[in-house]
Amino acid sequence: MTEKKFMAGNEAIAEAAVQAGCRCYFGYPITPQNEIGEYMSWRLPQVGGCFIQAESEVAAIYMVFGAAGAGARVMTSSSSPGISLMQEGISYIAAAELPCVIVNMMRAGPGLGGIQPSQSDYFQATKGGGHGDYHLLVLAPHTAQEAVNITMLAFDLADKYRNPVMILGDGNMGQMMEPVEFGPPKKPSVAKKEWIITGAKGRPRNIIKTLFLDPVILEKRNLAMGAKLREAARNEVRFEPYMIEDADIVIAAYGTVARITKTAIKILREKGLKVGLLRPISLYPFPYQAFAQTAERVKNILVVEMSLGQMVEDVKLAVCGKSQVHFYCRVGGMVPSYDEIVAEVEKIAKEAK
Amino acid sequence: MEMVSGRPKTLLPVPTHYCPGCGHGVIHRLVAEVIDDLGIREKTVVVAPVGCAVLLYNYFDVDAYEAAHGRAPAIATGCKRVHPELVVFTYQGDGDFAAIGTAEAVHVAARGEKITTIFVNNAIYGMTGGQMAPTTLLGQKTTTTTGGRASETAGFPIRMSEMIATLPGAAYVARVSVSSPKNVVQAKRAVRKAFETQIKGLGYSLVEFLSQCPTNWHMTPVESTRWVEEKMVPYYPLGEFKVPKEE
Repeated sequence: MTEKKFMAGNEAIAEAAVQAGCRCYFGYPITPQNEIGEYMSWRLPQVGGCFIQAESEVAAIYMVFGAAGAGARVMTSSSSPGISLMQEGISYIAAAELPCVIVNMMRAGPGLGGIQPSQSDYFQATKGGGHGDYHLLVLAPHTAQEAVNITMLAFDLADKYRNPVMILGDGNMGQMMEPVEFGPPKKPSVAKKEWIITGAKGRPRNIIKTLFLDPVILEKRNLAMGAKLREAARNEVRFEPYMIEDADIVIAAYGTVARITKTAIKILREKGLKVGLLRPISLYPFPYQAFAQTAERVKNILVVEMSLGQMVEDVKLAVCGKSQVHFYCRVGGMVPSYDEIVAEVEKIAKEAK
Repeated sequence: MEMVSGRPKTLLPVPTHYCPGCGHGVIHRLVAEVIDDLGIREKTVVVAPVGCAVLLYNYFDVDAYEAAHGRAPAIATGCKRVHPELVVFTYQGDGDFAAIGTAEAVHVAARGEKITTIFVNNAIYGMTGGQMAPTTLLGQKTTTTTGGRASETAGFPIRMSEMIATLPGAAYVARVSVSSPKNVVQAKRAVRKAFETQIKGLGYSLVEFLSQCPTNWHMTPVESTRWVEEKMVPYYPLGEFKVPKEE
């Protein structure tokens, strides 16, 4: 057992990254995730790492490109408007197959929006975001402890698939303080990287590039990217089934909303309603099969999001018309309360009778 | 028999895609000669731009990144911070360094990042077919300033070297040209100083080359070198704008 520490989600993610071997952080301040950069600014020098407060998110993501290409474990973090600015670089990083971790502590949009929690970047995170055919691997924690575990996992997945990994949280998760533990210190198992930039000493030169003017070659690369993502889809689906064995109604929610949903389920169960939660942890790859199996048995699925309806599209795709998919949301930085979710479920239960 | 001249080891024995009379060939060679002279090929990294020089990693036998348009200084920063022992340089055109990547260009110098930039200013967008560059001279005709660049609508050309030289983090800044054998010799000296500045850890170094683009200027190679000297040099004076304090 290791000591428990009381930390905000943002700081817990930063410390977990350092313990996972992250030695470079580049970022630009934006609320509500400034604690990540602030933590890294003093923590990384302690372990011989590098922190730069970049001139913009655009520059920050290309510093990530440079450091990842040089073989370092590297992370950046931002919140929605800043992540939009990074999309160009993220596309290049995916194209060059550079491993890195990107944290998005979502705030409400569009535009400057607000600084309160949101889940309205789901499409951007899971469907590409930048130009071209690629996907990020996207992980969505719902507690500070899970954020720690997922951060450590994210670096391993980035290396394994040579693909950028996004940790998708929200302003609420970043600010909330909770006890976390980091487990016994372990040496990160960083894969040997033959392709990195170290100077062409005693070997042919390495080139990290994304321009392939010959469409025959580019098609081959794109197809290989597709095969890689399909392999990730086979191996890296993660979700938590919560009280769904006997459930008549299943709620689909991730992140902060999933956490609130667990409270709602406790109340609903006390009222005698059999309700469960199917919580995607990996948003890409999405747990389509888990939802398809649920739909074989459960007639009503309620998707709750802090967006106008983004993950609900993946749920509908998964259940393929076999269940009725209901939707409830709060947007603009408003967080649904457990009693709103309780009321929504009771409405569905009443109609189902 | 003693070999008195030949291809620099750092340049691969392949034909380039550059147009006849283009300055890139000479500039590539000068940089490669300096890398040879300093014996640093095995620890040198180049960051290629977007623009005519995007394929430069096909010619330089060193580790290389290819950047997005304007982002080379940020990539170079990430690389250099991971491997401070390497010699990292960006090679950028005027669109890359003085328009789309101005923020990265200014801040890499402001941070005093220990990298070198070879900035090729030919007053036009070559790769995309001759549009106005941020460094296009007033009155100069391009495909997007067909009546000649007018300041009322298209603003004024930027003097990047003078601007960067005002920053404390910039240790060596020079503007050179490849329009005559004399200028080529001076240019090589500047490139060497820039790389030495980086190797000594003194700060950021920049060498701006005035270069010719006969194709998009619609001139012969000889006419275009004359145009550099008669039109560009009066607006973009040659010389050193900043040298390291220890010298």
